Amino acid sequence: MIRPDAPLLLEICDLHASVDDQPILHGVNLSIRAGEIHAVMGRNGSGKSTLSKVLAGHPAYRVSAGSVLYRGEDLLALDPEQRARRGVFLGFQYPVEIPGVSNLEFLRVATNARRLEQGHEELDTFAFEDLVRERLELVKMDPAFLERSVNEGFSGGEKKRNEILQMALLDPLVAILDETDSGLDIDALRIVAGGVNQLASPDNATLLITHYQRLLDVITPDYVHVMAAGRILRTGGKELALELEDRGYDWVDAELAALAQAPVEVG
Amino acid sequence: MAAPSLSSAVPAAVPTARPAAGAGSSRWGTALLEAVGLGPEAALEPARQRAWRGLAERPLPSRHDEAWRFTDTTAMAAIAPQLLAAGAAGPLALPPAAAGVVRIVLDGGEDPLAGVSLPAGIEAIPAEELEALRLQEAAAAGGGAGWGEPEAGGSWIGLLAAAVAPRLLALRVRGAVAPGLELVSDSGAAAGVLPLRVLLLLEPGAELELLQVHRAAGASLTAVLLEARIGAGAKLRHGLVAQGAAASVLLADLAVRQEPGSEYSFSSAVAGWALSRLQPRVLQGAGAATTRLRALQRCDQRQIADHHSQVRFDGPEGELDQLHKAIAAGAGRSVFNGAVEVPRAAQRTNAVQLSRSLLLSDRARIDTKPQLEIVADDVKCAHGATVTRLQQEELFYLQSRGIDAAAAGTLLLRGFCAEVLRELPAAAAVWQPLAMLLAEEAPRP
Repeated sequence: MIRPDAPLLLEICDLHASVDDQPILHGVNLSIRAGEIHAVMGRNGSGKSTLSKVLAGHPAYRVSAGSVLYRGEDLLALDPEQRARRGVFLGFQYPVEIPGVSNLEFLRVATNARRLEQGHEELDTFAFEDLVRERLELVKMDPAFLERSVNEGFSGGEKKRNEILQMALLDPLVAILDETDSGLDIDALRIVAGGVNQLASPDNATLLITHYQRLLDVITPDYVHVMAAGRILRTGGKELALELEDRGYDWVDAELAALAQAPVEVG
Repeated sequence: MAAPSLSSAVPAAVPTARPAAGAGSSRWGTALLEAVGLGPEAALEPARQRAWRGLAERPLPSRHDEAWRFTDTTAMAAIAPQLLAAGAAGPLALPPAAAGVVRIVLDGGEDPLAGVSLPAGIEAIPAEELEALRLQEAAAAGGGAGWGEPEAGGSWIGLLAAAVAPRLLALRVRGAVAPGLELVSDSGAAAGVLPLRVLLLLEPGAELELLQVHRAAGASLTAVLLEARIGAGAKLRHGLVAQGAAASVLLADLAVRQEPGSEYSFSSAVAGWALSRLQPRVLQGAGAATTRLRALQRCDQRQIADHHSQVRFDGPEGELDQLHKAIAAGAGRSVFNGAVEVPRAAQRTNAVQLSRSLLLSDRARIDTKPQLEIVADDVKCAHGATVTRLQQEELFYLQSRGIDAAAAGTLLLRGFCAEVLRELPAAAAVWQPLAMLLAEEAPRP
């Protein structure tokens, strides 16, 4: 939902970042207002996942230039946990398995960290169980997964549902979903996308990072951005995703070559 | 026919020679023997005398001994070579035993069974019967050492405990015993050596849950020799929780023999000792038994935590499932040696051994060594060892959910510990093994 007067949630300005001294992002610009759903598409290695990791504060990524404002505040100055508590959520492409840590306990600790920041009371074990069982419905997840260790032995689809369950519990203002569709069969994709759609509201925003059009068949983006060589090369509406599906990414190379000749600001 | 007391008490030995030729001296063992003396008649006295002489020849292991190569015994040599006086620890502040658990306190002094009402199915074995059992087993072993007598050239820890323990606790278990049994020693701040000997005989089909707890806060050495015989079809679930302090040493030799169809599981949690060494040694006498070993040790500061396990299959179709975990922080040093012996007679053995260590500091050190000796050809034997740090990806995942770095680290450590701790007998809960391992507990007075 595009509303020009909606509050600006995320403002990425000329963001440069590297991992292991390898520059990956070369000046990303992106603004996201409340109520919007953005999709970032691009080939492998274009910098999509790096962008998501940088926004979430992964310690292996170093920002060398540029800024990111989250609701007017310097996001990059915050620790990863502070970002999460204030409402930035990253849905992982490869959710991490943590043996020996109960999923339920993990979800409760995380939920309470966010709730405290929001000025709500912490939930005790019982109140939390009620909440989590209600939210499980959203992703049609078997409650048995609560008793297991975090993501341990979960299938790809179960891990992604567990990510969306976390999103449902943490109630983020900006949700960045990194390749949430990868590794999902079509039924699981519908369930996960259904969860994302239900959580989208006029007050929050979603940034979908994806490789394929098929996620965008079930979640309709307001904006589609094409990323290449660490920048956003082009921005359009949902029809841009269809165009990519038709034409592939070859034209991107041509545009990149042209940019190399005469750098211009795009996006 | 139960004797009132298992062991005739050995009168307090008169110290004859002054020990302490200096810390680290190989005189330590000799000094201890001199201080203890050879008491008069006691249960298994002939075996004790042989152990006494055996120890005289091997006063203290050193890093020249292959089995002690990675384990510095300086902390041991610094312990006063004399027995801890009974009651020297003063009144013990022990948590109440869990419901349904019978506790026996071992302080090296009075009859440990005084005032204890043993659960139905457990009885003390009289001294003369014990000697008969020992002779019977020695004969079966072709004159070699057996139950009640550690081999002279075998485990040094066993030799030490057998040589200087003035008493022993010998119990026979029949049928399925519902209440758990808890054996507790706590040296408190007292100094000296506390040798403990336990013999446990599980008759065929018997079942028992046994928890050993050892605690120390001072410059003491707790030396344990536990010998268990698990009859055909019997089940022993055995746990050990041990919490030490900066100058305390724990040495425990656990010699277990299993008959076919028996199940033995042992899980341990050890932390805080200047030096700790656990030696679970399991023999499947005729194979066809199930052995499950779970161990967790943490070493911090300059502590050494050593775990030497040995499992031998002397018959076919035996099973072993072993997991050893270690956490090394500060300048701690963790040693694991896991021997698995599968001779030709042990066809169709199925053994899995895994060692997982967590290195939390640059100054900490971990030595881990699987030692598989497989002669039989039709067997499944798998082993693996990993040494890792706290995983950055795991930490980041937790942080990205609003959990701060310190809490995330604790959560990961708890997860690491949980896999072993959940296998401890129920009686372990009152000893708070997790808090002990995470060093969360307030220092004891």
